[in-house]
Amino acid sequence: MNQATTATGASEVVYNEDVVRKFVLAATFWGVIGFIAGTFIAFQLAFPALNLGLEWTTFGRLRPVHTSAVIFAFGGSVLFATSFYVVQRTCRAPLFGGPLLANFIFWGYQLFIVLAASGYVLGITQGKEYAEPEWYSDLVITVVWVAYLIAFAGTLMTRRISHIYVANWFYLAFIITIAMLHIGNNITLPVILFGGESFAKSYIWASGVQDAMTQWWYGHNAVGFFLTAGFLGLMYYFVPKQAERPVYSYRLSIIHFWALVFLYIWAGPHHLHYTSLPDWTQTLGMTFSIMLWMPSWGGMINGLMTLSGAWEKLRTDPILRFLIASVAFYGMSTFEGPAMSIKAVNGLSHYTDWTVGHVHSGALGWVAFVSFGALYYLVPKLWNRTRLYSLRLVTYHFWIATIGIVLYITAMWISGIMQGLMWRAYDDLGFLQYSFIESVEAMHPYYVIRACGGVLFVLGALIMLWNFIKTIQGDLRTEDEFVAPQSAAAE
Amino acid sequence: MANVEKDPVSGTQTTGHEWDGIKELDTPLPKWWLMTFYVCIIWSIGYWVVYPSWPTLNDYAKGVFETTNRLEHAKEMEAVKQSRMVWTTKFEGKEISDVAADSELLNYAMAGGRVIFADNCQPCHGASGSGAKNFPVLADDDWIWGGTLDAIQQTILYGIRSGHDEERVSDMPAYVTDETITPEEADKIADYVMSFTGQGTATEEGETLFADYCAMCHAEDGSGLKDMGGPRLNDGIWLYGGGKEAVLSQINKPKHGVMPAWVGRLSETEIKQVAIYVHSLGGGQ
Repeated sequence: MNQATTATGASEVVYNEDVVRKFVLAATFWGVIGFIAGTFIAFQLAFPALNLGLEWTTFGRLRPVHTSAVIFAFGGSVLFATSFYVVQRTCRAPLFGGPLLANFIFWGYQLFIVLAASGYVLGITQGKEYAEPEWYSDLVITVVWVAYLIAFAGTLMTRRISHIYVANWFYLAFIITIAMLHIGNNITLPVILFGGESFAKSYIWASGVQDAMTQWWYGHNAVGFFLTAGFLGLMYYFVPKQAERPVYSYRLSIIHFWALVFLYIWAGPHHLHYTSLPDWTQTLGMTFSIMLWMPSWGGMINGLMTLSGAWEKLRTDPILRFLIASVAFYGMSTFEGPAMSIKAVNGLSHYTDWTVGHVHSGALGWVAFVSFGALYYLVPKLWNRTRLYSLRLVTYHFWIATIGIVLYITAMWISGIMQGLMWRAYDDLGFLQYSFIESVEAMHPYYVIRACGGVLFVLGALIMLWNFIKTIQGDLRTEDEFVAPQSAAAE
Repeated sequence: MANVEKDPVSGTQTTGHEWDGIKELDTPLPKWWLMTFYVCIIWSIGYWVVYPSWPTLNDYAKGVFETTNRLEHAKEMEAVKQSRMVWTTKFEGKEISDVAADSELLNYAMAGGRVIFADNCQPCHGASGSGAKNFPVLADDDWIWGGTLDAIQQTILYGIRSGHDEERVSDMPAYVTDETITPEEADKIADYVMSFTGQGTATEEGETLFADYCAMCHAEDGSGLKDMGGPRLNDGIWLYGGGKEAVLSQINKPKHGVMPAWVGRLSETEIKQVAIYVHSLGGGQ
């Protein structure tokens, strides 16, 4: 049962599904942990007493635990699971390097997660957003990532199908670019090599605005290649599979792929508008973000339009609903992003909760939803079950999580725009109308609403966890098939 | 390609490729999509022409608008300054007491002082001057350096132990550490200080010690001397905490708080405004 086989004409291919199963379990586990951590720190912002007066549980230390848990532990495990599943099937080739390499990648990655997260709680950090792990964790992930590239590219090179499927272009772009970003942004000197006492501490080679620019070249493209390109690869396999329809446009997939990977890499400076970053750099960051709008939407069009001729399936298939809702959130976020990169808009939105809301409409709506869709697709297949334990529970998960997201992002829009306006408001006499603390007080109710949205999102994930446990145990809940309204009327 | 077929639903041809059962339609690029993409590119090129954009070997294209963030910011700040000039010129050359006596200027100073206080003073002195441990309350009439408009202005201008040439300085000596008095004597002094507010036993020895070592700054009856910056000890209001333990700790290991000088950070007009605001909080003299 560890390995699935498929007839491929003359020969049989044995796929490595064991590593996919492991990463699916890891993704589910880290997802629940990461969502709970996020909800807890959301409550800390509303009620600072929850910092508990302990250095290990302050917002500053738990926040990177949340971001790394959801992006790298949850999102990363989903990308490993799906890329290994997809590349084998679309190349009709077993995973290159065999079970040994696959297991090395799995356990190496889990080691990296634990090393990084335990460091944050103990106060070990580079202080660079999304690149917090110190040099020793950075070295671990570098080795694991090279192994990942070898396994993935090796499978592509031993493929038994002449063309490379679009999903694999995106996965490969994600793997290669993340390697480049990770190394570029983490060139650092451990103090212990220079007679320092701390084992963990290191200093980045660049300083000042050069370091800031390198950091946001990395930070923005972590969003672009980890959370966008990687998950577009996922989308390109699971949407047509679940919808049982051909991909809408081959040409669009080529054009938007190359446009996306070429343009995204320039967009980082929009994180540093109105700072000491030179004006020309800000201009390029902004304009490339604007040009990125349509290439991003190419993925949305190909995802949504793949459903043409199959729209009625949304009524009866909650897994497809997750996948399609995620593409809709993707479209919304990739419109909002370029809009926020415009300097005039950024002058209002920067440093406010609007940015936080934007990130989460992408992270919860796009990344998490498309992942949930893929996980629901994969679990019964990987454990050889006829179907999930319960599709009704998938529907509950979908609606509870959607309400959670809506609460989250609307609260952050209101809070963020209000903050931005309060900071720049002048009174009749030409004085700033509000002090900073007044804007903090005004945000309180929205922080409470946001945290409640988080609770709903966690609740949805727990429903998914329960559904997976029952499915893997082999239970099938007796429930009626979903029926489309017209066929119900016909009865 | 041999495997090209027509999709029955859309009527579009497939490309003939197939991966794990997934096929692709050969749909052309949506026109609106391509047009919008072109418009974004053309708009960006236009933006590069007018604003600072592409780098060259030693320089960068300045853009035909010849503007930068810094220029725009300077312009905006200048405009704000100009709009405030209507009022700020009226402050020039006026003593703070004259400002407070003019109801129109007083009104303006209070509005400005509130904002200046909230952004600069509130972190230590609390909302509306409610104070915190180690940071004096500004809403009562227990002033260490004086509560008149001029005294408050002086404190804000040059600060306390700020390092400015005109700073206000008082230095409570570490009598026990430098062996001027013994720990037992310090204990007696602490008891005597507590007796001002009816919480300790006044001994004759304590009284003598207080008169010898403390009264020159805190006055014989503990009512403080504002000229020396000697805090009042007989009103139950404590800067570094009340109770005998805290008093003894201040005798043994004196703490000396620092207030920065605001001259140079805030304009003289702004300092007048915030001084008037602080004066109004409840304890102005």
